[in-house]
Amino acid sequence: MANRDLTAHVKRIGSQDKIATGILTAIVGVVMVLVVAIIAYILIRGGMRALTPGFLTNTPTDSVLPGIVYQLWDSFYLLLVTLVISVPISLGAAIFLVEYAPDNWITSAASTAIETLSSLPSIVVGMFGSLFFVVTLGWGISIIAGACALTMFNIPILVRTIQQALEDVPRSQRDAALAMGLTRWETTLNVLLPAAMPAIVTGIVISAGRVFGEAAALIFTAGSAPARLNFANPFNFMSPTCPFNIFRPACSLAVYIWRLTSEPTEGSAEIVWGTATVLIVCVLLFNLLARVLGKFLARRLTAE
Amino acid sequence: MDNTQQASARKVDGAAGEGHRAVTGVESAISVRDFNLWYGDFQALKRINLEIPKNRATAFIGPSGCGKSTLLRTFNRMCDFVESVRTEGTIEFDGKDIFKMDANELRVYVGMVFQHPNPFPMSIRENILYGPKRIGKLSKSEADEIVERCLKRAALWEEVKDKLDHSGLGLSGGQQQRLCIARALATDPSVLLMDEPTSALDPISTGMVEELMQELSVDHTVVVVTHNMQQAARVADKTAFYYLGELVEAGPTKELFASPKEQLTHDYLTGRFS
Repeated sequence: MANRDLTAHVKRIGSQDKIATGILTAIVGVVMVLVVAIIAYILIRGGMRALTPGFLTNTPTDSVLPGIVYQLWDSFYLLLVTLVISVPISLGAAIFLVEYAPDNWITSAASTAIETLSSLPSIVVGMFGSLFFVVTLGWGISIIAGACALTMFNIPILVRTIQQALEDVPRSQRDAALAMGLTRWETTLNVLLPAAMPAIVTGIVISAGRVFGEAAALIFTAGSAPARLNFANPFNFMSPTCPFNIFRPACSLAVYIWRLTSEPTEGSAEIVWGTATVLIVCVLLFNLLARVLGKFLARRLTAE
Repeated sequence: MDNTQQASARKVDGAAGEGHRAVTGVESAISVRDFNLWYGDFQALKRINLEIPKNRATAFIGPSGCGKSTLLRTFNRMCDFVESVRTEGTIEFDGKDIFKMDANELRVYVGMVFQHPNPFPMSIRENILYGPKRIGKLSKSEADEIVERCLKRAALWEEVKDKLDHSGLGLSGGQQQRLCIARALATDPSVLLMDEPTSALDPISTGMVEELMQELSVDHTVVVVTHNMQQAARVADKTAFYYLGELVEAGPTKELFASPKEQLTHDYLTGRFS
């Protein structure tokens, strides 16, 4: 009697399983096709220009072939300054929330605040940055103001990833440290952070990809007009043409795309597609780097 | 060599209780007096009175949830980290109340080995030197001496002497556990607490760790929590049986296994419940 029921049952759950597998595969397929189509379209439209010798190294005012060397430099420099500010803050916040914070309403309010920060529209963060960093603090339209605005974006993502990485360190590791009489600080510094490092580094690089492509928050803070940079004399820090000067305006790749699109000029469409290609390739490289670095660090951690 | 032979000889007829050393009339390393412990409203330990003999191996046995691990973890105050924990009564280590000692100092004297091997994410050498380095500065030769001595003591030296700078996480489970024992030995503790140290290991590694427990108990006080009654019979000089937070019976292993005084102990040892 049981046998008869079982055959029908097995048949039914078997076909259910097949249908579910089919639907899920289809959904993933659609997502993949979308991503590949968007990337392929941009690469095809802008690939030629991006690969033209001189596009990456010429100045935007070059009469023969306008390039994006200033924007490329500014994007990476903005990213660097942003990471220098946001990584230590995020590390501190995540460590506090995971290891030190008592389980009370202040802690949960802090967590909620950080999560809310991540869902603020970037243009609003840009407005705030413009009012506070540019006007109130008197920094003017500058790299430092832009980096601070980007930091406000980056902190929630980073705190979340670092928190997760620390929480994923096995309980047994903590026990080992505590049983040896290590203080919380020693435990965090010498046991938890090294064990969580692969995940933390991966998280930082992925967040870097996001920051790299941000435009709206930068328009009012770092500006949209590329400064004329003088790479020949890079250490005159007070000069507005000094590439390292953090108090000069800057224009990132993403902001440059926005500017050229909203104020098109003769031949600017080609530059926009070329810039978009460079931007997207950089972001893809960040993601690749995140994977490679994460795997490398994880392997080194457990290397024989 | 001699030690190892003795240990394995003892293991063969361990269940018969040969080779167990006397536990009465021996100085106590740890004395538990009228000790109660609560997690919130739940009383996990009830009026425990127990002497842990110095430089002997003592086993805690009993069914899951009987409180044996809780008591073990109280000995180096790991229970401090559990919120809502409350204690009453005293536990003395070398004549001092452990709850009045500095917890971090106590943990230097009372080392611990866990169920799951948990080397730090560092090299084998750094794992061993971590504890000693915290206590004081070491010269290169002192450091090398500690690493070699502890690894030899944990019967791991031959296997890892050529890769001391490799990560401790790259070792096999059994090797990792012996590395944890070596790490615990590095601060020169007088008591070693072991919380089911072999339950995550294969039989061969289990055998090695059991031998280690016996060898170490020559000059260390070893307290081991185990689910495995044969293991208690093989390695422990004294055995304590817990049930539902109470210490039912404690005594020389040989006597407890051969002629338990309590019916409950008898039923547990003969497998009536577990």
